[in-house]
Amino acid sequence: MSTIITSAPALAPASKEPGQGGGVDYLNHETSIASWLLTLDHKRIGILYLVAMSAMFVLGGFYAGLIRAELITPKGDLMSSDFYNKSFTAHGVIMVFFVLIPLVPASLGNFMLPLMIGAKDVAFPRLNLISWYVYMIGAGFTLVALIGGGVDTGWTFYTPLSTTYLNSNVLLTATGLFILGFSSILTGLNFIVTIHRMRCPGMDWFRMPLFVWALYATSVIQLLGTPVIAITLALVGVERLLGVGIFDPRLGGDPILYQHLFWFYSHPAVYIMILPPLGVTNELISTFSRKPIFGYSMMAGASLAIAIFSFIVWAHHMFTSGLSPYAAMFFSLLTFSVAIPSGIKVFTWLATLFRGSISFDSPMLYAYGFIGLFTIGGMTGLFLSTLGTDIHFHDTYFVVAHFHYVMVGGAIVGFMGGLHFIWPKMFGRMYPEFLARMSAILIFVGFNLTFFPQFLVGYLGMPRRYHEYPNEFQVLNVFSTAGATVLGVGYLLPLLYLPWSVFFGEKAGRNPWGATTLDWTHTESPPTPHNFEETPVVTGEPYKYDTLFNKESALAGH
Amino acid sequence: MQVTEKKHAQEAHDDHGHGHELAHHFVSVEQQHDAGNLGMWMFLTTEVLFFGGLFAAYTIYRYKFEKVFEQASNILDPMLGAINTIVLIFSSVTMAFAVRSAQQGKSKAIVAWLGATIVFGALFLGIKYGEWKHDAHLHVFPTSDFNWTWAREKHAEGEHGHGHDSHGPELKGFVFNSPVVPANYIESDSRNPEAKQAKLFFFLYFSMTSLHALHMIIGFGVMAVIMVYAWYGYYTPHYYVPVESVGLYWHFVDLVWIFLFPLLYLLGAHLGAGH
Amino acid sequence: MSLHPPAKAWTYWANFLALCVLTVVTWLTARMDLGALSTPVALGIAVIKAALVVLFFMHVWESTPLTKLVIGMSLFMLTVLLTFLFTDYATRNYDVLPSDHAAAVSGKH
Ligand SMILES: [Cu+2]
Repeated sequence: MSTIITSAPALAPASKEPGQGGGVDYLNHETSIASWLLTLDHKRIGILYLVAMSAMFVLGGFYAGLIRAELITPKGDLMSSDFYNKSFTAHGVIMVFFVLIPLVPASLGNFMLPLMIGAKDVAFPRLNLISWYVYMIGAGFTLVALIGGGVDTGWTFYTPLSTTYLNSNVLLTATGLFILGFSSILTGLNFIVTIHRMRCPGMDWFRMPLFVWALYATSVIQLLGTPVIAITLALVGVERLLGVGIFDPRLGGDPILYQHLFWFYSHPAVYIMILPPLGVTNELISTFSRKPIFGYSMMAGASLAIAIFSFIVWAHHMFTSGLSPYAAMFFSLLTFSVAIPSGIKVFTWLATLFRGSISFDSPMLYAYGFIGLFTIGGMTGLFLSTLGTDIHFHDTYFVVAHFHYVMVGGAIVGFMGGLHFIWPKMFGRMYPEFLARMSAILIFVGFNLTFFPQFLVGYLGMPRRYHEYPNEFQVLNVFSTAGATVLGVGYLLPLLYLPWSVFFGEKAGRNPWGATTLDWTHTESPPTPHNFEETPVVTGEPYKYDTLFNKESALAGH
Repeated sequence: MQVTEKKHAQEAHDDHGHGHELAHHFVSVEQQHDAGNLGMWMFLTTEVLFFGGLFAAYTIYRYKFEKVFEQASNILDPMLGAINTIVLIFSSVTMAFAVRSAQQGKSKAIVAWLGATIVFGALFLGIKYGEWKHDAHLHVFPTSDFNWTWAREKHAEGEHGHGHDSHGPELKGFVFNSPVVPANYIESDSRNPEAKQAKLFFFLYFSMTSLHALHMIIGFGVMAVIMVYAWYGYYTPHYYVPVESVGLYWHFVDLVWIFLFPLLYLLGAHLGAGH
Repeated sequence: MSLHPPAKAWTYWANFLALCVLTVVTWLTARMDLGALSTPVALGIAVIKAALVVLFFMHVWESTPLTKLVIGMSLFMLTVLLTFLFTDYATRNYDVLPSDHAAAVSGKH
């Protein structure tokens, strides 16, 4: 970093008592709607994203409910096959592009990143706001197409299906996703520059909280991957408009080239979804076992390694698509390499928990669930990266179960843990702990009940993307739908008690968890508009715990 | 917020004399400059991969349809491509001088050099427009209007007679009032698989060059705004990130063309060399 | 008093001259039939030209290691995209009508 003027004290216990009610914070210093819609404050933009993505999550969940309801019986009796196709496409597009990819970076990341590295804001606050508007515009286009007309290609838009046989809603959806891509790029760009240029004095690379490392690795993927999907979707659009066959075999093109370009982004996109929850889990595990993360540098390096590896394995989605057998072997082998950094992460968490003073607060319950579900999701991924077994499993419910374990069991559960962790900092209020624990348990149970049967039914050969199935699969499907109902209740609870707690929750105080990173030790809850009254100076490691932490006294504000 | 912002603006004012030179969330002008500079490089990184998707498609189809791609490339005029390369490189030189003027704090010189950049950029697009017009007469626009039989025949005629205006009956066609292709040519194309391959070449040619041209036009817009600011002395040796960034952007546009020129224009140049 | 001292003017003109010369050279070599060498030669010259633009017009010659890392990263990823894509196409017997064998393939269908 270039010259930084400092006039701040060394890292020390906060000198001032947390503001008791009367203080100016980022929530109450301006309250008009315009002040929210035109805000340049990273904290408010994080909340704008949180609200928008929650709405999208509910919508995507609604479509998931329709799918599960249809699959209770073997016959397609609830909806037409066409509407079923449109439902799972809408579910996939909304959940992948509008929820999972921006979920943690844009909401929790936006809120926490500057706080964690001791900055007043991200490097480009205006770009940050623009990225939210770009997200909203992209969402507008896509929702008009998905709800107004319906798209039945699946979220992957494989050619020539998407370019030949369909109505123009595909074009509108592709336009929406093209626009949305820039939102993702702007966020990634902003984060990388922020992490490189905005760290406070003393905040060396190896003093950053691990969540920041994860955001950094994620941003690298966002920057390098997203433009490729943007140009690919643009080509699909042009192909439809001009009738050129760049991906159409009848016109000399190659549909597999589309799959290559699509997965060049969309495999790394899985890591855009999962890396930030992996990062936030570090914070949870360290804080709630009162120990520094075991193997900090290994953990930071594993995040970067995952980001790089994610770009060299994409063709494992295409083993049955007509890929050259030699390339298939090559990509299969490379895919196994991703297991190494992922394994490093799981083992370092276990080592951190070992002999820690571990607690069962609701964020930590989510973190425990996250470790288990992510491990199952990752391990079943190895079945799919093995050429022989993939022939059997491809396009069955086994695949559906695998990626839901990673994306829901991993990304969403990790996000929920992070959200419950950061909530007191965001709004300065505690939520009802009992309900939060209930919700964590319901989500864990419901999730496993929903998706574990899908491993079995997939292994037995039930293909995905059909609204009818043979009678013998019914039992497992009924289990799955029952689990989805429990899961739905688990998600509904936080949607109720979290907003409630903003107004009626107990005051949280500056640092209710006894965490040791800057965001907790040096900012108010909720933080003041510019985060830090004086620029902090960091002198040591991010995780320094004394084991004897008393939650009650922390809540009382000491 | 008001209170705090004023405080920070005040600090910036004390240090450097110009309030707009330092945004409130930066500590120093160096930090601000380095952040802007890094941000622009990051943006260019995404641009590399954005064009990269098209280059990937080009690589694959060129590998698969090597012979036809060479013949299709031969339709383009490498002389015009070379002239355009030099015109665009010259606009990069003027751009480099615009950034240099910003570093020296010469506001009016920034305006002049950016103006020169726009002029030479426009010259590039003018030449490009002429090429496209000619391409329309040859029916190589990758639409339903495309006709490979016609294009090869007329191109061969053009090589000898240079009779651009004698392209058959004067009927209104798809674009640029190009002549309509007779039915027997369409019939001949439908029996020839090479026609599809050539159409793919021209699809790539037009999408790459038009995406490149679009980038140039966006660059013109940004430069126009910067010229207005520069005219009123907004940029100083402490604060010229916008000028520097548009400079990097423009050089990147130049870089793309440096690769497009051999890949699109020179691929089949040896085929026409004897004429 | 600038953040960065401006470069000497003559370096820009020298760079321009070199780029013009290389443009003419690449055009002339393309007109010769170099066979399999023609693409490597054309791309080699393009890479040299690009390097000149990046190093001197974009000031990477005197920039921080971070900028060089960013450029290296983007080029690395572009290379990964192109070469890994190619592992598929180079090792697969692709059957969309290479024109010489069009007759043979159409006989098959
Ligand atoms: Cu994958």
